[in-house]
Amino acid sequence: MARIKIPRKSTAIDMTAMCDVAFLLLTFFILTAKLKQEDPLRVDVPASSTKLNVPDLDMATITVGKGKVFFSLEGTDLRKGLLEEMGKKYNQSFTPEEIAKFSLIPTFGVPISGMKQYIAMTQEQRKAFVQPGLPIDTTANCELFHWIREARIVDKNLHNKELRFSIKGDSREDYPNVQKVIDVLQKQAVNKFSLITSLNSK
Amino acid sequence: MAELDTSGGGGKKGGKVRSKKASTRIDLTAMVDLAFLLITFFIMATTLAKPKAMETIWPDKTDKTKQLPVPQSRTMTVLLGSNHQIEWFLGEPGKSVPTKDNFGKNGIRKSLIDNSKKVEETHAVPDNYMIVLIKASDKAKYKDFVTMIDEINITGIKSYAVVPLLPVELELLKRDGLY
Repeated sequence: MARIKIPRKSTAIDMTAMCDVAFLLLTFFILTAKLKQEDPLRVDVPASSTKLNVPDLDMATITVGKGKVFFSLEGTDLRKGLLEEMGKKYNQSFTPEEIAKFSLIPTFGVPISGMKQYIAMTQEQRKAFVQPGLPIDTTANCELFHWIREARIVDKNLHNKELRFSIKGDSREDYPNVQKVIDVLQKQAVNKFSLITSLNSK
Repeated sequence: MAELDTSGGGGKKGGKVRSKKASTRIDLTAMVDLAFLLITFFIMATTLAKPKAMETIWPDKTDKTKQLPVPQSRTMTVLLGSNHQIEWFLGEPGKSVPTKDNFGKNGIRKSLIDNSKKVEETHAVPDNYMIVLIKASDKAKYKDFVTMIDEINITGIKSYAVVPLLPVELELLKRDGLY
């Protein structure tokens, strides 16, 4: 009796198409990627129906949360110039190494007197360190005022553009704290700025 | 090439040495593995929901000459109290009864649209738009403020301003239990 033989199929599959798809997706993700930045202060931004994206260049963000104020400036060249100018203003001399190190810190919230120690820290130490936030009050002489002012001057000198400002506030933050920051901005006639929100899913 | 030829059959009959044709099929499994690993990494490392910027323009405080008087018949004042509670009134404080309201489609948004229509009907062109004054108390949260400006953007109110709270208005909020 003849037995019917079922031909055994090879288990090897053609991977070409799968490989194509995988690399296509990979290319897409690499091109659109903007790496997540570690924020020293986690804020939960309120939602709104605004659909305008936050611009990437010539942008300074003031983060407000838990009663603290943080400042961040896009662009390493701008940050270098900013620290130089602030050092001159507060009679602190920063070495070129310190300035180069500072240019890699996107967001900070330490007063200028503690800046040297903060820059000297390693990455891990910085993560563990609780930043006190920038000193702020309603007079025109608070530190935040000067950070904003010098950042505007540096941006004008290096890029010849008006620096744009945005406020990133925590949704549970008391309104007067945000108003203080707005007052500081308005004191130097920055009357146009954006509030950072997330897209409302409704 | 000869030393690579492992078939061993070529030379016996004295014919030509032929290299064996290798299959062009390569095993892609490892490559696919790697590609998906990288995809996973990039998905994890990127921010998907990009933050949005809400543009706001504030009145110039340094220029005192540009300050316009606000006709009280066209103003609507919104007071932001504690615990996401709000109330609004038309005209001057104390002269009209404030209405308690809430955020949402049928709350403040409806009030804004209704009042705006009313003002438009009772006033002559071109000064027939409503002016909204937002006054946040010390207990208001930043979220309420953003929601309020968002509602104004949604309803297309042409003119609004953020103004400090007056003592009279604080009394109103306290009286209505919103502070």
